[in-house]
Amino acid sequence: MTNPIYFDYSATTPVDPRVAQAMMECLTMEGKFGNPASRSHVYGWQAEEAVELARQQIAEAINADPREIVWTSGATESDNLAIKGAAHFYGKKGKHIITSQIEHKAVLDTCRQLEREGYEISYLQPNAEGIITPEQVAEAIREDTIVASFMHVNNEIGVINDIAAIGEICRANKVVFHVDGAQAIGKVPVDMSELKVDLYAMSAHKAYGPKGIGALYVRRKPRIRIEAQIHGGGHERGMRSGTLPTHQCVGMGLAFKLAVDEMDAELPRIKALSERLWQGVQDLEAVSINGSLTQRIPHNMNISFAYVEGESLMMALRGMAVSSGSACTSASLEPSYVLRALGLEDELAHSSIRFSIGRFTTEKDVDDALKDVHKAVNKLRELSPLWDMYKSGIDLKTVQWTAH
Amino acid sequence: MAYSDKVIDHYENPRNVGSFEGGDSSVGTGMVGAPACGDVMRLQLKVKDGRIEDARFKTYGCGSAIASSSLVTEWVKGKTLEEASSIKNMDIAEELALPPVKVHCSVLAEDAIKAAIDDYTKKNS
Repeated sequence: MTNPIYFDYSATTPVDPRVAQAMMECLTMEGKFGNPASRSHVYGWQAEEAVELARQQIAEAINADPREIVWTSGATESDNLAIKGAAHFYGKKGKHIITSQIEHKAVLDTCRQLEREGYEISYLQPNAEGIITPEQVAEAIREDTIVASFMHVNNEIGVINDIAAIGEICRANKVVFHVDGAQAIGKVPVDMSELKVDLYAMSAHKAYGPKGIGALYVRRKPRIRIEAQIHGGGHERGMRSGTLPTHQCVGMGLAFKLAVDEMDAELPRIKALSERLWQGVQDLEAVSINGSLTQRIPHNMNISFAYVEGESLMMALRGMAVSSGSACTSASLEPSYVLRALGLEDELAHSSIRFSIGRFTTEKDVDDALKDVHKAVNKLRELSPLWDMYKSGIDLKTVQWTAH
Repeated sequence: MAYSDKVIDHYENPRNVGSFEGGDSSVGTGMVGAPACGDVMRLQLKVKDGRIEDARFKTYGCGSAIASSSLVTEWVKGKTLEEASSIKNMDIAEELALPPVKVHCSVLAEDAIKAAIDDYTKKNS
């Protein structure tokens, strides 16, 4: 059996071969294997030079100063460092933090931990399109608000928040603004000289770099302070100790450079593919997209196929690697918290599939996927009592169900 | 997660898919579950002289739910109502090698049999 077609680029991306090559040059005796913190010999100097070039590449990708980039192990650590770090540093000023219900778990669970430490968190509900409006943020800010954290691009539904406008509000109210940008690099422009963003979390493996490395942007003007969460040799100006993994840093730097350099050429191609996918499912009845159709990245299409359950749909789509908003595998049977926060009915949340498209997706991949999707949805609707009822004009909301 | 061969077989080739005329007095219909929970089963039994002569199902749910309902349509055929109502969810779960998180699918299938028999009995009392 051939491998399924990869449609899960929002989960992770393969490393670009150019990136893998650059990384391999930093591993062996002949390569730049040294400890970047070794000051006394050429091995260390070479490694340090490679790491600093990579830091420069990250900074250029978001139009920042290299001194504003702190290496971490990934976006999860960056989110932890940003939110806990700022909350702990500014905790004497206040204990209130604002975020949203549809953040990644790296942000939500960090906030839960801060709640246990005595902080108070407001979890804003997005509108039906999946967007947090600047007005909502303005309303939620109080005297004692110290940090606000919102994602740039949502990982499940691909919608884009207006972080420029939210940033203006936070700055005017002296609230530290953290943005989870894990899904944004190479997909939307990010310019720190324009944005009033104080902290910005990034991940390499969502942008054709390796897993296990990320970075946190920490603004210098005005200067944002964070308390370290990992202590040790005082690396990264004390904000994050630990020997830098030269090959990982080099991989992330080059991956970000490529993603941003090639963005203008890549975006129209991805947009055409996602439109092909969306148009291709239109002849199936009762199909809807989750999240704003306009304020989104084209790479991520979260589609609900009503009256078909997501897990069985994935089982039928064995020729493709996708993910589902249904979590029938968990004992709770709860569908995605993101889709629920949009106000989506549970059955539509259970019926959703996330298709995410990327650098190596071809037109043929999309056409093959469409064939599979048609076959699967039609087959499962044939099997579905709900489809029967829908077709005979019964409103499912009027039925007395026996919940279990 | 991996499905057992039997689940895959029932999912790929579901047995006895479809429906009978619901108004027919020889037909008992059981519909259990809820869309919000991610599974709904509709099981119909056609009864003649106290024996189940034929069965049909339609299921909205995961592969294990589809397989559980497909399996019971095979099992109930030829059984008396009493025999059919003694089918236990654990028998279904065992036959299909359902993992613990999927045992609720077999419970739902057992409930569907009981609901269909109840419906038939009510219609014919």
